[in-house]
Amino acid sequence: MDNKSQDKSPDDKAPSEGIPAPEGPANLIDTDYVIGQDNITTTTMGVNLDLHGKVFTISSIVVLLFVILTLALQDEIAPVYDAVFGFLTGNLAWFFILAANIFVILCIGLIFSPLGKIRIGGADAKPDFTYMGWFSMLFAAGMGIGLMFYGVNEPLTHFGTSFDGGSWAPLGGAEGDEAGAAALGMAATIFHWGLHPWAIYAVVALSLALFAFNKGLPLSMRSVFYPILGERVWGWPGHLIDILAVFATLFGLTTSLGLGATQAAAGMTYLFGAPETDVTMILLIIGITIIAICSILAGVDKGVQLLSKINIAMAAALLFFVIAVGPTLLIATGFFENLLNYVVHLPALSNPFGREDANFSQGWTAFYWAWWISWSPYVGMFIARVSRGRTVREFMVSVLLVPSIVSVLWMTTFGGTAIDQYLSQGIEAVRDAGIDLQLFVMLEQLPLSQITSFVAIVLVIVFFVTSSDSGSLVIDSITAGGKVDAPKPQRVFWAIIEGALAIALLLGGGLTALQTMAVSTGFPFTIILLVACYAIIKGLMSEPKAV
Amino acid sequence: MFNNIMVPVDLAHLETLEPALDVVADMGKRYDARITYVGITANTPTSVARTPQEYEQKLDAFAQERHQVHGQPVSIKVYSSTDPVANVDDLLVKAIKEIGTDLVMMATHLPRHLDIVMPSHGGKVATHTDASVFLIRPAK
Repeated sequence: MDNKSQDKSPDDKAPSEGIPAPEGPANLIDTDYVIGQDNITTTTMGVNLDLHGKVFTISSIVVLLFVILTLALQDEIAPVYDAVFGFLTGNLAWFFILAANIFVILCIGLIFSPLGKIRIGGADAKPDFTYMGWFSMLFAAGMGIGLMFYGVNEPLTHFGTSFDGGSWAPLGGAEGDEAGAAALGMAATIFHWGLHPWAIYAVVALSLALFAFNKGLPLSMRSVFYPILGERVWGWPGHLIDILAVFATLFGLTTSLGLGATQAAAGMTYLFGAPETDVTMILLIIGITIIAICSILAGVDKGVQLLSKINIAMAAALLFFVIAVGPTLLIATGFFENLLNYVVHLPALSNPFGREDANFSQGWTAFYWAWWISWSPYVGMFIARVSRGRTVREFMVSVLLVPSIVSVLWMTTFGGTAIDQYLSQGIEAVRDAGIDLQLFVMLEQLPLSQITSFVAIVLVIVFFVTSSDSGSLVIDSITAGGKVDAPKPQRVFWAIIEGALAIALLLGGGLTALQTMAVSTGFPFTIILLVACYAIIKGLMSEPKAV
Repeated sequence: MFNNIMVPVDLAHLETLEPALDVVADMGKRYDARITYVGITANTPTSVARTPQEYEQKLDAFAQERHQVHGQPVSIKVYSSTDPVANVDDLLVKAIKEIGTDLVMMATHLPRHLDIVMPSHGGKVATHTDASVFLIRPAK
């Protein structure tokens, strides 16, 4: 990697106030590549376009082909997708688990290492967003929706399997021991929503941010490979990496949008008796897409940030409401107990080799890791874009530790309350309800359930909007060769494509099959992420040491 | 009548700006006004510059070039943004206030249907400022 030092102090005679200057010294990578040099710029029907020809065309065609194939040959193709994914999680579970451990170790190491002092965007760069706005955005993009559905479901499921001692029990379970099973269930859940997923996001986000803001390369997955591939990243190897990122992002978002609409519709049927038909779900997807379009037109600051803040405020209100009216003392003590249990069980849960609970480690952990990793290009790129001006240490504490703690609190509150309802009050409905209704059944046992359930549905919808809008921004940026200033209609195009594909798959079937395929992209991305770890260390080492 | 003319500049699309620049030079000379060129760029690397500082240097070079042409005093101001495409109108309105300009001269495109959903920057800026706004369309 050839570096040339650049003094980034502003011009003496014309300092501009608007610029976050002075930025201090940074080491730009010396390359002749000009961002957007491979782009096609044209005006079609009065709309300006600025796209990376190869990445845009190939990823669009591949995505369309996959969707058409899935729709046309559902019965034939679903087993193929399942077999691919079964092979990956069955035979390569150790690889996913080992890789995720490496990510966690790297991230924690960076917090304590002197490299943690390095600032994203140059030594004197100023953050673009407040802590609250920044955290809201990264949390809403990273996890939001999953917490709504799995917050109740997963603790209950792991508790059940642990209590029964079946082959799906984490670490062999705690057969017949209610307290032990509850503790193990919570630890296993927190394991899947704690340090590991956030470390996966942090690795992608930090590598992208570092190579864009400090090294001057385009905000695109391929840039992370510069230390290894050199100038070749601007050619086909780079195109393939970016195409894979588009593929993972678009399929991840589309299938989640479709499945999420199914779940939100189930909630609306349960609460208001709305008909659980295709029409309800299509209207939901259209509604979500329209709000997402408004949000991306308003931009990151006024659209995505605002929605994310509203989202987090509502989620916090719901969380504290459940803490207040639920088993408050149990949640308060449970928080620390669960945290301790998590730490105690962490080495065993994250052990990649010689697992005796293969069903759990392959069916749950490896599946989750592949899922998080397939989402990581999108979440990581979005986090990268809003993280300029933070030091590496600040970044890691905020992207790794704080969200993990919030996950512990969330899981303790929702899962703990549900387990308590089942164990202490003998309410079996919570356990027996379908996955999309468990949250609502749990809330029903608490006061004001009409209001809280309504808030929960709105939250689900807004979480989807924040996924859809930030996802469209990310896909647009990758397909525009790393440009974040491509014409607005392109963003709208991607938001509409996501909605349209979700509707097509919802009506034609095959959502679950395609989701399986999307998660399979987690495998190649795990390799990309391992490279990113190397690139992060190499990139940070070449940064000027900050004071 | 006009003391400080503000001219938003997109260094990535200078060709669309060319006709407007001549008019700006004429107006600057006519009123003996200072001309401030304003640039809005992304925080991330762009096709023009890899850092906002590099963008600033390029805009300054552009302004000096224009000074050679029209001889009026020039200055520049750069704003960097996470999402420049979405924030450009707000930043231009902010720039008008901060610079204390009394006339904004902007190149713009011909009216089109898309303007209903996504209004032109010039049109939007004009509705949000007290300063005079002069929109210069490409010659037919």
